[in-house]
Parts: sequence; C-alpha cells; structure tokens
Amino acid sequence: MSFFLAQILTGLANAATLFLVASGLSLIFGVTRIVNFAHGSFYMLGAFIGYSLMQVLPGAIGFWSSVLLAGLLVGVIGVIVEVCVLRPVYKAPELFQLVATFGVILVIQDLALLTWGAVDVLGPRAPGLKGVVRILGEPVPKYDLAIIAITPFVLFALWYLISKTRLGILVRAATQDREMVGALGVNQAWLFTGVFFLGATLAGLGGAIQLPKGGADLLMDFNILAAIFVVVVIGGMGSLPGAYVAAVLISVLNVFGVTYLPQSTLVLMFVVMAVVLMIKPYGLFGREEVAGEHGQVGEPEQPIKPAGSKVRMLVAVLLAALAMVPVVGSNFAQILITDILIFCLFAASLHFILGLGGLVSFGHAAFFGGGAYVAALLVTHANTPMELAFILAPLGAGFAAVIIGWLSMRLTGVYFAMLTLAFAQLIWSLVYQWGDFTGGDDGLVDIWPAAWLSGTTSYYYLTLIFGIGGIILIRHVAHSPFGYALRASRDSARQAEATGIHTKRVQWAAFTFAGSMAGLSGALFVFSKGSIFPTELEIARSFDALIVIFLGGVKTLSGAVVGGASLEFVKDFLTRFDYWRMTLGILIIVVVILAPEGIVGTLSKLKQRLGLKQRGGGSS
Amino acid sequence: MKFRKILISATAALAFGASAPIAFAQETIVIGEINHYKRMAAFAGPYKQGLELAVEQINASGGVLGKPLEFIFRDDQGKPGEAIKIAEELMTRDGAVMLTGTILSHVGLAISSFAAEKGYLYLAAEPLADALVWEKGNDYTFRLRASCYMQAAMLAEEAAKTDAVTYATIAPNYAYGKDAVAAFKEALTALRPDVEFVTEQWPGLFKIDAGAEVQAIERANPDAIFNVTFGGDLAKFVREGTTRGLFEGRTVLGLLTGEPEYLEPLKDEAPEGWIVTGYPWYDMKEGANKVFVDEYMARYDATPKIGSLVGYMTVQSIAAALTRAGSTDTAALVAAFKGLKVNSPLGEIEFRGLDHQSTMGAFVGKIALRDGGGVMVDWVYKDGANYLPSDEVVKSLRPNS
Repeated sequence: MSFFLAQILTGLANAATLFLVASGLSLIFGVTRIVNFAHGSFYMLGAFIGYSLMQVLPGAIGFWSSVLLAGLLVGVIGVIVEVCVLRPVYKAPELFQLVATFGVILVIQDLALLTWGAVDVLGPRAPGLKGVVRILGEPVPKYDLAIIAITPFVLFALWYLISKTRLGILVRAATQDREMVGALGVNQAWLFTGVFFLGATLAGLGGAIQLPKGGADLLMDFNILAAIFVVVVIGGMGSLPGAYVAAVLISVLNVFGVTYLPQSTLVLMFVVMAVVLMIKPYGLFGREEVAGEHGQVGEPEQPIKPAGSKVRMLVAVLLAALAMVPVVGSNFAQILITDILIFCLFAASLHFILGLGGLVSFGHAAFFGGGAYVAALLVTHANTPMELAFILAPLGAGFAAVIIGWLSMRLTGVYFAMLTLAFAQLIWSLVYQWGDFTGGDDGLVDIWPAAWLSGTTSYYYLTLIFGIGGIILIRHVAHSPFGYALRASRDSARQAEATGIHTKRVQWAAFTFAGSMAGLSGALFVFSKGSIFPTELEIARSFDALIVIFLGGVKTLSGAVVGGASLEFVKDFLTRFDYWRMTLGILIIVVVILAPEGIVGTLSKLKQRLGLKQRGGGSS
Repeated sequence: MKFRKILISATAALAFGASAPIAFAQETIVIGEINHYKRMAAFAGPYKQGLELAVEQINASGGVLGKPLEFIFRDDQGKPGEAIKIAEELMTRDGAVMLTGTILSHVGLAISSFAAEKGYLYLAAEPLADALVWEKGNDYTFRLRASCYMQAAMLAEEAAKTDAVTYATIAPNYAYGKDAVAAFKEALTALRPDVEFVTEQWPGLFKIDAGAEVQAIERANPDAIFNVTFGGDLAKFVREGTTRGLFEGRTVLGLLTGEPEYLEPLKDEAPEGWIVTGYPWYDMKEGANKVFVDEYMARYDATPKIGSLVGYMTVQSIAAALTRAGSTDTAALVAAFKGLKVNSPLGEIEFRGLDHQSTMGAFVGKIALRDGGGVMVDWVYKDGANYLPSDEVVKSLRPNS
C-alpha cells in the first residue's frame, strides 16, 4: 500500500512539468490554431535560463524567483517569436504556421548551443527542499511534494484567468469564433500575442521547475515534444483541466509501467492516446470541432487542369536532362539526385492526401519507413530477392494505410492528424522495441539491391523510373474522377455526399494510395542506403515532408516536389558549415514570411500580377 | 536545334552544382570524417579537437608518405541515410582515401555496411555496438574504441570480487544498453554462477523517469546495481537515487560513468564509491598519456575528454596504417590495418586481424570527490586484449568473414 502511494506521488510530481508545458501548448492552439512545434524549445530555454539565474540569485528566494523570472523571460521570447515570425503569416493557409515554428526550433537550437555550450548541465537542488520525507516508511523527496502542491494552484490561477476575467472571456470567445471576436472590435493581434506570452511563460516555468529533478540539455526540446502533444490531445485541445488530468494519467501510468512492464516505457503513452481517441474522439474534455473550421481558409483554390504544352515541354526537357546526368555528371550528382527524388516522391504522396484530400497526417513516416521495413524484413528473414521485396514494399505500406486509415478516418482536422501521429509512434515503438525481429535501433543492415542494379548509375535509373513515375502517377490520379471526388469531399462534404460520392470511402482510398506511394519511396530508400533504422519512422521524418509541402505551396500540384527538391539542395549545401541549423532556420522563416503561398504558389501569383498568366488559369 | 541547346544547358546546369571535378594528383591525403557534430556536440567537439591536435603534430613532422594529412569534417545530423550520402561524396568527389567517425552505433553500422558494399575502408572510431565487429562485421570495417562487451567484462570482473549476490540492472532501452546488460550478465555469471538478477529496468533513452526507476529498483532490494544510463539520464538517476538513499550500502557499477563527458556535469553530486570505467586524465603522472594531456591542454585551454583521446588515437591509427601500407590503395590499407600495432597514449594497441577490433582498453576505478567534482581513484588501466571472448567464439560470432 505504502509503495503504491509513493508511486502515485512520483507520478504526480512528474505530471507537474508535463502539465505546465502542455497547458501552454493547449492554450496557444485553442486560441490561435497554431500547432506550435517550437513549444519544446521554449521549455528548453526555460531550463537553461532558469539554470543561469540560479547561479546568480542565492537562497530559497533566489531559487523561486529564478523559476518565475525564467518563465517570464521565455514569455518575452515567445512574444518576440509571435510578433516577428508568426504575425506576418496568420493569413496563410491552415497549419502553414507550423513551418515557421519549425524554423524557430532550428534557430533556438543553435542559439542555445552558442550561449550555454554543448555540455549538459545538472540543475541545482532547491534550497530547503533537499531531503526526503518518510510517508508510511517510503522516502518521498520534499521537492516532489512541493511541486505536487504548486501545480493545482497554477491550474486554479489559469482557470480563474480564463473563466472569471475579461481577458479570459475574450480568449474563450476567440477559441470559439475568431472572426466574430474581431468583428466585435477586439484587437485580435494583441490577444494572440498575449496568449502566446502566457503559453510560452508556462513552458518556461515547466523547464525551470524541473531543474532540481534533472537539468538542461540540448536534446530536451524534441524529447518532450511527443509527450506534450499526447497530453494535449488526450485532455482535449484547448482544455486546461483536460491537460491536467491527462498529464496525471500519463505520468502515473508511466510510473506503474516502469515497475510492472519495464520494457513498455516507450509505447505505453501512445497506446493510451490511441485508445482514448477511439472512445472519445475529441479527447477527455475536448469539444467537437466546428465543421469547416479546418477546411480551406484564405482565398479559394484555383481549379486544377492538366499541364499546358509549355509546362509539358519544360518537364520533358528536365527529364531528358536528368536522364543524361550519368553521362555528364559525377557519381555524387547521381547519388544526390537519387536522394532528392526519393524524398520528393515521399512528399508528393503526403501532398496528395493533404493538399487534395484536406487530410493532414502527422504520421506519414509510418508508411515511408513501413515500406522500407517491409522490404528489409523480407530480405533479412526470408531471403526474398530484391525485386520481389521491392514490389511488396508498397503493398505492405498500403496495407498498413488501410488499417490506420480505417481507424483514423472517423476524426477530422487536428484530431485526425494526432491520431495518425499516435499510430505512427506505435509502429515506431514496436520496431524500436522488438529487437529480435526488427533489429531495434541497430536497424537492419546489408539490404543492398540485386547485382544488376547495384551500380550507382543503374540504381539512379531505377529511381528515375519509379520516382518520377510515382510522381506522375500521383499527378495523373489527381486529374482522374477519383481525384475530383477527393477534392469535392474536401471542399464540401455535404454537397459531395448529395451527389452520390461516399466521401469517407474516397478519403480512405486516397489515404491508402498515398500510403503505398510513400511505401514505394521507402523501398527506393532502403535499397539505396543498404540499411534502415527506426529513425525513418520518427516524427521528425513525417515533419520533413509536411514542411516541404507548405514551403512549396500546399495549394499547388507541384508544391511538394518543388519544395522537396529545394530544401534538400539547400540542406546539402548548408550542412557543410558550422551553425547551419540557424542559417536554415532563418532561411525557412524568411521564405515563410515572403512567400506565404509557398514557393510555387507565390511564383504563380507573381506571374499573374505581371500579366504573364491569365487569372483563373489554373495552378501548375 | 533549339531543343538540343536547351537540353545541353539544362544538363550542364543540373550537373554543375554537384560535380566539381575530382582533384587529380592530390597534394594531401584526404580522410573523410563523418560525425554528429551538432546533435552530439558535447562528444563530437572534444573528439574533433583531439583529432586536429594529432593532425597538426603529424603534419608538422612531415606528414605521412611525404604528404600532409587532411581531414574533411562533415555533419550527418545523426541520420544514417545522410551519413551514407556524405560518405559517397567524400569518397568519389572529395577524393578521400578512407572514412572514419560517428559516435552513434546505428550510424556506424550503416556506414560499415555501405563500406563493405562499395569496397571503402571505414575506421569506426567511437561507436560501441558489438555487432559492428561481430554479427555485422565485414572486411572493410575496423573499430578503435573498447567495445561494449570489453568494458562490461571489465566491470563484471570487479563485481565478481564483491560479495554481492543479487543484482539489478538499469540501461537505456536501445541496442547499446541491451548489449551492455547481456555482456555483463554473461561475464559475471561465468565468474560467479551464484549471482541472481532480480530486476531489469529499461528507461527510454533520454526519457528516464528517474523517481519511478529508483522506486522499482529499491523494491527489488538488490545487493548491487549495474548502471548503463549516461548523459542527462545518468544525472537524473544519480540525483533521485541519492535523494532517496538507493545507493546506501549497495555496490554500484557504472559503465562509462567515469568518463569526463558524463562525470563532470555531476559536479559535487558525483556518486562516491561507484565502480566505473572512464578516463582519469587528471592523475596521469608520466608517460605518453601525460604528454598527450599536457599537449592537449596547452593547445586548447580545455581539459581532455575520452573523446579527445579517441580522436587523437584515430589519427595515429590511420597514420600508422598508411605508413605500413605504403600507399593509399584501399586493399593495401585493409591489409595494413590487420594486425596493425599503434603506439598511442595508452601504450601499444593492436587492431586484431581476427575481428578488426583494436585492443584499446579502459580505465577502471572508483568515484571519489575532489575539489567539488567527481574523479576516479584507485584506478588501473585494463588492456582490452584480455577482455575479449576466445578466438573460436569470436569466429562463430562473425559469420561474414
């Protein structure tokens, strides 16, 4: 009994940090609709700033004022980020802002490295709270008790702020209907800035308050990201009590998991999330999304049409040029282009469901890595010939997409995105932990192509055929009746249903198609690299594709390919220098601000303005 | 006509960015060094400094084969796929004669497989995974640092000397952690058949829930604990364990815990009495290691880490192999690495022909506090050659050669 109590107390203490950081994320999302990837970075900054302050300010008063000051300083940084980076892009397509926040992550990573150096720091202990208290004989750290006591006060203060003050009323109103709040004369811009300040402050507090239980390091921004997303989604996006309950649930379950299922620590959280979402699709305390809120915002999309003769000519020339690369270019040029083509196909497959289907998936890496793993497992365990494994990979990934699609399709908008993320993480943790079968994080190696394809040039041509072939196929499908039905389902589900389109089924099929195309790119990937690791199934991999789609232009057909090729080229160039992350981050932010329609979207706008293209002339 | 012109110029434009000509008749011997300079900055930084120190010294004394050594440093972002792309570029465009680098085991394994496929030589400097030279070992890959198995076996030897019977293990839930626990169990059970493992804890890498782990171990009430956590996980584990009194009256063995990279951040909370592997550079009184430490501190105004030593020895090994081979030809270099003897700050080490593992050893000692920081005391240097399985076992572990 005493052991259980001690465990629950440990869980509650862990929940404190998780709640603080997640509630900030939840608030920001609830009001601004921004999925703030940089929230982990605010948490990391809170830890580092808190650490630095604690070196200067002595004693218990110094400690606690350091925690508060760290929170406030991070809040100010949040305001700077909001005003400089996000404000210019609020009018951009839905979720576009997450690309900007990704740029912020990169910049903060390098700034933190510059400021605090590479070595991990151990947080100072809280003065006066160093020892333990024996509760029923079990030692419980005093500091744990302190933060267990503090968290409900924070929750109460937040609750009071949101439900009892005028600011809170405005925030709640904005959560429900942003435009109406604006129409009633409330300055939305400053409301958003205020919420961003509050959210960042909470993240900073979370980072500073966990110092006595750990410290600060440069990987903590990404390490907490998955957990806080899970908490926000389980609790219900925008709900503060939900975030608290979910944080406690996850933390306490985790503590018991450590004792009774020590191998399960990675997967537990995502299982809980998947189960909760399937029973309560909008989280424990979340409200159903208002229909249409996550449809296309901004100006309506131009109708698509097949490429004109000029564009076809250009593509043909480009293809011919690509085919000639082995003759005139170097070995490395082929390798680089192989990499880029594989990535472009992966991005294009996500673009198909995201752009045309309006289904934002945060877990598309499951199919890219899934396809690669199908091929690699077949080669490793069944000695399957490369050609056969290569063909089975997209089928395997497509099969996974059928199942995940079926389970996720009931949800829409961000909840759909989060459920796909949960399943992708489930697959990732399965691969990571099932070492005997999948090789765990040591991966599967020696997965090389058949002899006749093993030369750099022959594999280059294989990638050219399947990569470009896949991209053209995706484009072709976009123009087929199926593609039109898919867009109809996105733009107006009700009218589409009325014309006899089974929208869910169409979206499900599109999800499956996109999954198998991602699987194809995964198969190309695994045989070009000769090895596969769980990293290819990670969130970061999904985000890579998501980012280039928005960079290229989500409302254009070629956005994913153009964005993918540009980013890969730039990355290949920039990683040769020190501080390439900061440069890349700033570059992304600049592109996001200057070209809110994405590269292709903005270029075709520009063409229109210069009179080179007729209005309504379709997007290329 | 016009079409052909477009075609040619498009091809040229495409090829331009990625195909600067290979420098023929090179003035230097180029080595391609791939690492996670940003992702693992705390470890890659000292490694690179050690490496550069050795390059400067070798080039100051005339280089190798009459030419200066030149390292090209490239960041792979910690991604295996990126590392392979860079490896190809280094070998085919930059004219590198061989590859080296990486800290993360999975990236090392990816490069190793790639090297075997393409016939490039790869010296894995830091990755610890046993698979690199055993299950997945190949003809083109060599490894410098004392492996997971070797260091675990050294600690098992120390553990066997205590009267602890029940053991708990705590290791990050990934391959390095699993290898280490398996090796430790095997080695300890061989020495002491009576020991019993009462609990195994597997926190996620860099995601430890230290309070819960400490409670779970306390509940199993072992005589001794074998710790494999490192970095931020280690700091959290040590703090919670000390606060809750987990280490009182127990023997604790810490793999790599004595390495400056991990011990220094703990400052005055370094867990006294732990038996650890590491690098006590501060207590080198004489000999080659002392010289290395002095030169390093004079050059960088920083104290050496284990990574610094590994970086330094990497260059020494490569220089020795080039000299022995007498050329930069891959086949000659591979032959030269087999059985290569290198004079290093740790004395003479040998790259075994049997499994391409070097006999670089490790220091084993106890953690104590000195001047507000953790140091290793009562340490001895254990030669890696004595902590490897028998030749027959190694052969059976290496199916690919």
